[in-house]
Amino acid sequence: MERLVKLRIDGQEVEVPEGTTVLEAAEAAGIEIPHLCHHPELSPVALCRLCLVEVDGRLLTSCNTPVRAGMEVRTATERVKRLRRLVLELILSDHPLDCLTCERNGSCELQRYAYEFGIEENRFVGPDHARRELPPREDNPFIRYEPGKCILCARCIRVCDEVQDRHVLDFAFRGFSTQVVTFLERPLTETDCELCGQCVAVCPTGALTEKERRFKGREWELERVETVCPFCGCGCRITLHLKGGRIVKVSGGYRGFRLCVKGRFGLTFVHREDRLKVPLIREGDGFREASWDEALGYVAERLLEIKEKYGPDAIAGLASAKCTNEENYLFQKLIRAAIGTNNVDHCARLCHAPTVAGLVAAFGSGAMTNSIDEILDADCILVTGSNTTEAHPIVAQEIRRAVRRGGTLIVVDPRRIELAELAHFHLRQRPGTDVAWINGFCHLILEEGLWDEEFVRERCENFEEFARAVERYTPEYVEEITGIPAALLREAARAFGRAQRGMIFYSMGLTQHTSGTDNVLAIANLALLTGNVGRRSTGVNPLRGQNNVQGACDLAALPNVLPGYQKLSDREVRGKFEAAWGVKLPEKPGLTVVEMFQAALAGEVRGMLIMGENPMVSDPDISHVAEALEKLEFLAVIDIFPNETTRFADVILPAASFAEKDGTFTSTERRVQRLRRALDPPGEARPDWEILCELSTRLGYPMSYRHPGEIMDEIASLTPIYGGISYRRLEGEGLQWPCPSPDHPGTPFLHKDRFPRGKGRFHAVEFREPAELPDAEYPLILTTGRVLWHFHSRTMTGRVEGLHELVPEAYVEINPADAGGLGIRDGERVRVSSRRGSIELVAKVTERVPQGTVFIPFHFGDQAANVLTNPALDPVSKIPEYKACAVRVEPIER
Amino acid sequence: MADLEAALSVALQGAKGPGALVPVLQRLQGELGYLPGPALEEVARRLGIPPARVFGVATFYSQFSLKPKGKHLVRVCLGTACHVRGAPQILAELSRQLEVGEDGLSRDGLVSLEEVRCLGACALGPVVVVDGEYWGRMTPAKVTQLVRALRERGKGEA
Ligand code: SF4
Ligand code: SF4
Ligand code: SF4
Ligand code: FES
Ligand code: FES
Repeated sequence: MERLVKLRIDGQEVEVPEGTTVLEAAEAAGIEIPHLCHHPELSPVALCRLCLVEVDGRLLTSCNTPVRAGMEVRTATERVKRLRRLVLELILSDHPLDCLTCERNGSCELQRYAYEFGIEENRFVGPDHARRELPPREDNPFIRYEPGKCILCARCIRVCDEVQDRHVLDFAFRGFSTQVVTFLERPLTETDCELCGQCVAVCPTGALTEKERRFKGREWELERVETVCPFCGCGCRITLHLKGGRIVKVSGGYRGFRLCVKGRFGLTFVHREDRLKVPLIREGDGFREASWDEALGYVAERLLEIKEKYGPDAIAGLASAKCTNEENYLFQKLIRAAIGTNNVDHCARLCHAPTVAGLVAAFGSGAMTNSIDEILDADCILVTGSNTTEAHPIVAQEIRRAVRRGGTLIVVDPRRIELAELAHFHLRQRPGTDVAWINGFCHLILEEGLWDEEFVRERCENFEEFARAVERYTPEYVEEITGIPAALLREAARAFGRAQRGMIFYSMGLTQHTSGTDNVLAIANLALLTGNVGRRSTGVNPLRGQNNVQGACDLAALPNVLPGYQKLSDREVRGKFEAAWGVKLPEKPGLTVVEMFQAALAGEVRGMLIMGENPMVSDPDISHVAEALEKLEFLAVIDIFPNETTRFADVILPAASFAEKDGTFTSTERRVQRLRRALDPPGEARPDWEILCELSTRLGYPMSYRHPGEIMDEIASLTPIYGGISYRRLEGEGLQWPCPSPDHPGTPFLHKDRFPRGKGRFHAVEFREPAELPDAEYPLILTTGRVLWHFHSRTMTGRVEGLHELVPEAYVEINPADAGGLGIRDGERVRVSSRRGSIELVAKVTERVPQGTVFIPFHFGDQAANVLTNPALDPVSKIPEYKACAVRVEPIER
Repeated sequence: MADLEAALSVALQGAKGPGALVPVLQRLQGELGYLPGPALEEVARRLGIPPARVFGVATFYSQFSLKPKGKHLVRVCLGTACHVRGAPQILAELSRQLEVGEDGLSRDGLVSLEEVRCLGACALGPVVVVDGEYWGRMTPAKVTQLVRALRERGKGEA
C-alpha cells in the first residue's frame, strides 16, 4: 500500500501518495501552477523554472520537488509571481513574436502564459538574435522544426527517450545556437526515428509541427472529430482536425498523445483523387459509369440469376476487417438471410483462424485475453512470431517500457526484429518448428518444478496426456529440430517459468503455418501450465493485425458461426436468429477464403461479392486467385480505391472511407470503439452499410436502418458478448467485451474465475514439419511480413506520399553468408522463385535474417510475395502456410 | 581509416559508461586533431550512449571541433557595424583567395575561416582576427596582403 503524505498548499490541506511532486499535489487540489517543461507522462527535468513556488519560505521548482509531510507550500506570493514573470520574459526575449502566422497560435502554451501574465513588450532583447535566424529543418516527410520557436524544454527529447525509446534527439551547440538536433544534424529518416511524431505531440510551442498542416488552418478554425485509427488492431482513438473538408492534423492516441507514423501522418489517403466516386459497370475491357440504381439493380439481378440456376451455395462473400462491426454484421446477414448460404469469410482466415480454433478449444474464447495497459506491470514478456514494433507499434512501445522497468523480454523469432535488440533472450528457431520449442519450454518448466500446480489442479483438465506428450521434448531434442541451442532454451524457459506475471504475445509468425492451430494450442498449454491466465498482466495475447479483424470475427464474417461465436450447429441458436431475421437459415457450414477460390476454379462457386478486401495481394498463391476470379460468372466489389482485385470485377461500388461514416471498430484488446463521420464521401460514394441495405432489399430481403446505432442495437439483442453495448455507452473509452448487460462495465482481462468452456484444457500436440521443406532445387526458406511504414496491401498507405517514399518497393532480406555463396551484392536486383512463381526485387544483405532464411514484406502488389507462398492449409483452421515455403534466389543476369 | 581505429582504442582505453564521454572525446581529439563523425558514432556505440547525446556534448564544449582545423584561424566579423562597412565582400574575397571549401578549411589545409558576430571593435570595422591579432579597416587589397603573410608564415614553419 502506498503511504499518504499530508501537506498544506496555499492554506489548503492536501493528502497525496508518497512520491507525488508538489506540482502534481497542487493540481490534485485544483491549484494551477504554470509550467512549460513539465509533462505528466515524462520524467521531470526542471529546465524552464516557471513552476517556482515557495516552500517553507524557500524558492523551489515544484515539478521536481517531492512532497514531504507537513510541508507549507505557497504558490502565488508576490515574490513567486514576480520571478515567474521574469522567467517568462527571459524565455520570450529569445522568441520570435510570429504568432500571427504560427500554426500553434491558439494552442501554444507559451502564448497562453504570456497572455495570462499580461506581458506586452519585452524588457530584454537578446544581444543577438542567432536563435531566431536559425533556419527551419524539414528534411523528412512529415515533421518541421523551427529552432527560433524552441524554448529548450526537452519534452521532445524525453518523449523520444522515455516513451518511444529511440533516443534520436538531443540538445546540441551552445548559447543562442542551442537547438534540438539529431546526430550530426542528419535528417530524421537517416536515424533510428520512427516518425511517430510523439515529439510534435508534446511540444508546447510551434517549434515542432506537422509539415502537412502548414498554412492549412489555425487552431480555432479547425473542427474536431473524435474517431478511431483505421490501420492496425491497436485501435488508437484519434482526433481528426479538419478545415474545409480536409484533414489538417491528427492528434490523440494511446494515453492521449501516442500514435504511430501511420495514424498520425498516414490518413490523407482519404483525399486522394483516385478514390472511387461513382458506380462502375464492366463494358468490354473497361468500365462505364452507372447510377446507383442501375448498378445495384444489376448486381441483384445477376446474383439472383446465379442463385436460381446453381443454388445459393454457388455464391460466396468476402467481408472485411477494415469495415465496421455494423457492416460486417449486415454483410453476413445478407449472405445468410438474403442469399441463403454460409459462404462468408474474410482475411482473418489468413491471419488468426488458428487462434480462434486453438483458443476456443483450450479456453472457450478466441480473443486476446488481456489489455494493452497491463503490459507495463508484466515481469516477463514472451513475444513470438510478431514483429510488434512494425505491426503493432503501441504494444511495442509498452513492451519496451516494461523492459526498461525491469521486466524480462524473451523473443522467439528467426529474424532479428527490432524488439530482439532489447531482449534478454533471443531464440532463433528454424521457421515452422514452433511446436517443438514450446513443448521444450513446458518440458523444462515441469522438470524444474516451476509450474503452477494449484492452478493446474483447480482450473485445468487433461494435464496427464499433455505432460506425457512433452516428455520427449528435451532441450537436446528441441535443439535438433529447431536449431535453438539447448542451454539458451533452458535459460529462457526458466525465466518464463519463474515469472509472477508472464504475458505472451504472438501474431502471424505463429499462426500462418500448416501447424498453426497446434502452435496456438501449445502456447495455450504454456500459459495454463504456468498459471498465467485469468489475472492482470498475464495471458495469451494474439495481436490482431487489421483495425477491425476482431470485430469482423465477432460479428460472424466467418463460415461456421453466428455473431458472437454462437454455434451454427446449435439448433437453439439458429432458432433465435431465424426468429429475429424472419428466414430459415442454412445449416451447412460455408467455405473459407482459400476454399472459395478453389471452388471457383472448380466451377462450384460462380458469383462473388467482395467488400473492402484485396485478395489479389493478400492471398497465397496469387496466380491461382487470379484464375479463380477470372473464371467467376459474376463479381461485385465494394471498395474505396481501384486495386488489383477490382480489375476483375463486373461491378464496382464506391464506398465511404473510415472518415466518412459512423460505426464501431473492435480493437485487438476487444475494445469496441466509436467511429464518427467527419467528412462527406467523395462523389457519389456511400457507406458500406447503406450499400448493403439497398442491395439486400433488391435481393428480396429488405433491410432498413436509419443509423448504424440501430444496427448495433440489433447486434446487442442477439449477441451475448455485445449484449450491453449501445452507442450511448460508447462515448469516450469504449467498452471491452464481454459486456453482457447495459450495466456491465466491460472486461479488461478474460477467464478470471472460470473459462467459458469450464476448465482450461491442455492438448497434447506433436511437432510436424512444414508442408514444404527446402531441397536442392529450392534451398532457402521464405518467410513474409510487414514493415512499419505500410499497411497491408498498401491500398491506403501506398497513396500517402511520405510513406510511399520511405519504402517505395519490395525487397528481399538475405543473410550475408547465403548472399556470398550466390554472388549477390547488397542493393542488387535478384529473382526469387518458388514452385508457384517468381518475382524480381532488390536484395538487402543483412544479419536480420539467419542463414538459410529469406524475408519479403508482403505489402507490394506488383512484386507480391504471395506469388511465391504455399497455399497448403492447416487441417483445422484452413489457414495457408505464409510463413514458410521453399524458394531459390538468383542474381539477374547482367 | 586505419588511424581511426588506432585513435579510438587509445581514446576508449579503460573507459566505461556515459561518465567517460568528455575525457574520451578529449583524448580522441588529441589523437586526430578533431572529431570526425564516424569516430563519434563509434564512441556512442562502444560507450552505449545515444549518438545524439554524444553529438550534443561534442558541440557544447568549445574545446571540441567537429571539423578539421587549419594551422591558422581567421575570423571575419559579420556584426552589424562591420556588415554595413563591407564585411561580406571581405569574407568573399578571403574565401576566394584561400580557396575555402564547405568545411571552412582552405584547400591547402593551412587556414580555418570562421564568421563571428560583433567583436567589440566596431570603430575599426570591417574587422578580421588572425590567430588573435586584429586587422582593422579591411579592404580587398589588404586581404591580398593578409593572405600573402599567412602563406609566408606557413612556409617558415614547414
Ligand atoms: S518522431 Fe518519434 S522517433 Fe522520431 S524523433 Fe520524434 S519522438 Fe523520436
Ligand atoms: S522543440 Fe518543442 S518540445 Fe522540443 S525542446 Fe523545443 S520547445 Fe521543447
Ligand atoms: S496504425 Fe495502429 S498504432 Fe498506429 S496510430 Fe493506428 S491504431 Fe495506433
Ligand atoms: S515546469 Fe518545473 S521547471 Fe519547467
Ligand atoms: S560589428 Fe564587427 S566588431 Fe562590432
